[in-house]
Amino acid sequence: MSRIRFTRRLPAAVAAAGLALAVAACGGESSTSPEGTTVAKAELKANADLTQQSLQITVWEGYTPKELPEKAKEKLKVKDVKIGFHDTNETAMAKLTSSGDSGIDVAFVSGQYAQALNEQGLLEPIHPELIPNLANLYPEATQLAYDKGNKYSVPYTWGTTGICYRSDLVKTPPTSWNDILKPPAWADKKVTMMTTERWLALPALKALGYSVNSDNDQEIAKAKELLLAAKPHLLTYDDTTFGDKLKSGEALMVEAWDGWCPTSEKNIKFVLPKEGSDLWVDTMVIMKTSKNKEAAHALINYILDPEIHSWAAENINYKVPNKAAMERVQVPEGSLLGIKPAELLNGEVIVDLGPSSTKYTRLSSEVATQS
Amino acid sequence: MKSETQTRPAPRSRGRRLGAFVFLSPGLAYLVVLLLVPLALVLSYTVFQRGRFGGVVYEFTTENFARLLDPLYLGVLGDSLQIAALTTLIALLLGYPTAYVIAQLPSRWKTAALVAIVLPFWTNFIIRVYAWIILLSGPGLVNSVLGTQLELLYKQGTIVVGLLYSYLPLMVLPLYAAIEKLDPQLREASANLGASGFTTFRKVTLPLTVPGVLTGCMFVFVPSFGNFVIPEILGGSKTLMVGNVVRNEFLKARDWPFASTVTLALIAVLVVLLLAQAWAARRA
Repeated sequence: MSRIRFTRRLPAAVAAAGLALAVAACGGESSTSPEGTTVAKAELKANADLTQQSLQITVWEGYTPKELPEKAKEKLKVKDVKIGFHDTNETAMAKLTSSGDSGIDVAFVSGQYAQALNEQGLLEPIHPELIPNLANLYPEATQLAYDKGNKYSVPYTWGTTGICYRSDLVKTPPTSWNDILKPPAWADKKVTMMTTERWLALPALKALGYSVNSDNDQEIAKAKELLLAAKPHLLTYDDTTFGDKLKSGEALMVEAWDGWCPTSEKNIKFVLPKEGSDLWVDTMVIMKTSKNKEAAHALINYILDPEIHSWAAENINYKVPNKAAMERVQVPEGSLLGIKPAELLNGEVIVDLGPSSTKYTRLSSEVATQS
Repeated sequence: MKSETQTRPAPRSRGRRLGAFVFLSPGLAYLVVLLLVPLALVLSYTVFQRGRFGGVVYEFTTENFARLLDPLYLGVLGDSLQIAALTTLIALLLGYPTAYVIAQLPSRWKTAALVAIVLPFWTNFIIRVYAWIILLSGPGLVNSVLGTQLELLYKQGTIVVGLLYSYLPLMVLPLYAAIEKLDPQLREASANLGASGFTTFRKVTLPLTVPGVLTGCMFVFVPSFGNFVIPEILGGSKTLMVGNVVRNEFLKARDWPFASTVTLALIAVLVVLLLAQAWAARRA
């Protein structure tokens, strides 16, 4: 082995540091079609030749059936269906907004992000006549605060946030957000909260009786006080592995999205706190830059097919806002899939707060830096 | 005649310069396309505003720089400096003896030891960081072996441990290179002149390896300072470092202008440190 040499100065190190930060976001591939430029709403044809169109989708990994691209390609008779993945809404936004044309036709993002994309003028309005399967949706799913009437987004899954806990290890089952914010002595340092800003704030806002969409400075300041008081009693902030922490017994109660609470385990249960919670929705949207809009509508219509749509409930344990699909699903007792749409609708739909959203970024930074 | 002899070398040197340029061009292209252009973009964002729903609105403002001076962000900068400095210091204290011992080994053991130092780099970084959770968590390996209930995870100290573990090899290797290069006769001469082992180390070995020390310190400090994965995974998001702020502002708040301004501050701190390092290395 030859001797390892290092230069004394570190241009490469500086380069790497600068580069990593500089290219934080990058776009996808672009697709072309003979149609060319943006098509206005009225111009979409119900009988367009889909064999000339190909689709690029971006979605969370594992959120749709693995064989979706091949099956959709065959069923819709489109030229090609390609699927790409994003790990969070934020990376999806970076993908979709960083360049004029991201090359993406259909994107899966949460409701408030669909709203933000729409307000930036990046979304194609939904043409209901091209999606007959919209009729399968629960009536409630067409009345969601961020997009009443599904004008630019189609809901794919929905759910809420609550407390997931170990029924065999807690002395009294939690009923309130305060059980996490001010844990009793036996649960001290055995609770976790989420770190993503809107969900970090949610328990405090709800415990104080405020809206999860509050942009009132005083309310946010009060929530901050409550979160800071809670910090020393938390095990940690965790968005991804809280289920494992419950299984191992390292945590007794965690703030959790319903679909992420491992209720299939014997002693793990989920409760909606009495102060109420949110209603989150993950949606499908069509980009204005898409040159394959007819195929994009056809794909959404295909996904709303009860047989396809029920896959999400059966495989990822997320409720789908599709009545026909949910009726096909065998709901095991105690499963979170049993939560009824009406109950879900008691939750407050998270909406994008525009300029006020930075208040929540600041809040989460403040909570993270203070001890 | 005279003028001819004078002009003769000119084409050759021009040719040599051209040749150098041709050979340098891939590196230059890399620098321009992948470093200077993105850097210029980042710098240009610092004077613009965040759009209502994120992104950049091209209206001039100095507000981003004013926001940098907010005690919240200055505190983050201070925390990051402190964590990175502590990591670097411990890495030096652990790395120097390690490198020293490796440099004294017979050559085949030397190779084995160096491979052992580099080996962890062959495994995915995230996986190695997660491994610490298995070791340190409440019901984890350390507590179960010791039969204790210690709280080892999700503290600032855990972040230092994670950074140290990840970047210690970057300290050992330049130190090894510096120590290995030393002429053993210098130490023999020092011993012959009556210096004790410690005096020889203090007066001969250490001063001659200062450039290696400085390089190692920069190699550890730079990635520690900007790190955002370890504070999140091992610090449980309870501590923010500059890297986390950049990440959060870029991706979560979609505030590219402010994220760029924080990036600029981060780069400025590193450039100052690099200049100081270069200056110290020249004097050493």
